[in-house]
Amino acid sequence: MLLAEERWLNNPVVENQLLEAVLETLYMTLATGFFTVLFGLPLGVLLHNLGPKGLNPMSPLYRALSLVVDFGRAVPFIVLMLWIIPFTRLIVGTAIGWEAAVVPLTVGAIPFFARMVENSLREVSWGKVEAVRMMGASDLHVTWNVLLREGLPGIIGGLTITLVTLISFTAMAGAVGGGGLGQLAINYGYNRYQADVMLICVILLVVIVTAVQYTGNFIARRLDHR
Amino acid sequence: MIELNEVSKVYPGGVTALNSVNLHIPAGEIHGIVGRSGAGKSTLIRCLTGLEDVTEGQISIDGVDLTAARGAELIAARRSIGMVFQHVNLLDSRTAAKNIAHPLEIARVPKAERRRRVAELLELVGLSDRADNYPSQLSGGQKQRVGIARALAAEPGVLLCDEPTSALDSTTTRQILELIGQLRDRLGITVIIITHEMSVVREICDAVSLLDEGSIARSGPLLDVISDRSSPLSKELISLPPTSALQPGAQLIEVLLTESGTIGHFGDLFSLLSRNGLPTRVEAGSIETIQGRQVGRLHIRPEDSSTAQKTLQVLTDAGLHAELTTAAALETEAGLKEEEA
Ligand SMILES: Nc1ncnc2c1ncn2[C@@H]1O[C@H](COP(=O)(O)OP(=O)(O)OP(=O)(O)O)[C@@H](O)[C@H]1O
Ligand SMILES: [Mg+2]
Repeated sequence: MLLAEERWLNNPVVENQLLEAVLETLYMTLATGFFTVLFGLPLGVLLHNLGPKGLNPMSPLYRALSLVVDFGRAVPFIVLMLWIIPFTRLIVGTAIGWEAAVVPLTVGAIPFFARMVENSLREVSWGKVEAVRMMGASDLHVTWNVLLREGLPGIIGGLTITLVTLISFTAMAGAVGGGGLGQLAINYGYNRYQADVMLICVILLVVIVTAVQYTGNFIARRLDHR
Repeated sequence: MIELNEVSKVYPGGVTALNSVNLHIPAGEIHGIVGRSGAGKSTLIRCLTGLEDVTEGQISIDGVDLTAARGAELIAARRSIGMVFQHVNLLDSRTAAKNIAHPLEIARVPKAERRRRVAELLELVGLSDRADNYPSQLSGGQKQRVGIARALAAEPGVLLCDEPTSALDSTTTRQILELIGQLRDRLGITVIIITHEMSVVREICDAVSLLDEGSIARSGPLLDVISDRSSPLSKELISLPPTSALQPGAQLIEVLLTESGTIGHFGDLFSLLSRNGLPTRVEAGSIETIQGRQVGRLHIRPEDSSTAQKTLQVLTDAGLHAELTTAAALETEAGLKEEEA
């Protein structure tokens, strides 16, 4: 009991591993966020533009794409992570560590984010699209200057939700060797009953989530002139 | 000049929205299109913009066959048409100036030229001090002014307006209509205005067409259409308040005054009737000034059938449009609904 008291916040785990864990969680989130936008944004645009209310409706293609996206969203993350280990190895060379966790996290987040993008674009009123088409604009111009620009506050909102979800998934990835705060919490807080480590990990995760949410809201508000 | 030749539009699903429409609108005319909801007004204007393909027939604007245009040609044709929408459809992410500049950006007009044009257009619609405001910071009327400036940016020969004032109050409506009238006078553009407000037609249209179930039921210069008693449009344009205080079935004489005959004013009419010893009990009346001329309609209640006949005779002999009607018939005859804010 006394020992435990003395180690409270003096814990060598906190001193030696906490900073690294925080950084790993941040790297994982940022890298995943980056790749999710890189692939998810075009996918979302494609979903919208091929969809029934898009610029170029093509229903067979849309339905096929939709099916793939829904499949990706239906597979539980923890299963996906284990399932695609061979693919992860192929890309990163290993299945352990935060770099490796980025692969399944990205694969899981892309369909999620793509749907968010699709939804945001659908909320841009069709009247605006027609008004700009009337000016003789190409579909590419309409996509970039009308759909994406007018839908940007919504897309930033969607990205914020995606990132927040990702942070909790990074913790889950930590359970199977993905590093970060999640792994620290499980290895020490759970397996070794170090309540202080657990508490600090939880607080830090909450702080990171809050910061992301706050920043996302702030940016979305600044961009929103409605 | 806008020319529609046997234009039909059948939507996938089988709805015939336009049925062999013929229309000729000379350059510089302001042409109103009215009709019930679902008559095909929006479809007509969408076909004119090339946003919707016609099923049959031809549309040409300033000699360019829009129905045959494809790709680059269609895009060029669209640039010769400016469009004003009921809901304005400005981009919320762009300031007033940026919204007006948008068509110029698309047409790859150099930046300096763009800036000069935008300043000119803002001046034209009286919003020079609002250049850097976002649409959310503008009133409904100001937004519509920006919408009009944007429609005019690429210097189109034709301005199409789909219910441009339906979302505005009556004062703002008048200001916007005045602006459209001035623009026509200054720029010589041809204007089509779709509206369900007869006041809009009365105020600025030179000519009007009534669309009914996809066909043009009546079309012509405004005063001609009003003078044509047989047209329901005439009664809509110069409408009378209901005479609900009367017994249904009570006889009424309806007179239309168009300043064209010898009897041009209500004063002349009243003295004519009293000269003939006929009482003039007016139950309802309205006077409008259309293209600088007074036009009016009256409901006179005769005392009995014999005075009714005599009144009718006197009025007809004087060259006026007069007819016998009954109080109950009035309520069912309202075809188009006039909605004035
Ligand atoms: N995209 C579409 N697909 C199928 N039918 C349509 C479509 N757009 C319009 N219609 C039909 O075509 C007819 C004419 O519609 P339109 O919108 O042109 O009427 P409108 O005169 O503009 O009516 P309103 O005054 O209510 O705006 C209606 O019966 C409508 O249901
Ligand atoms: Mg309409």
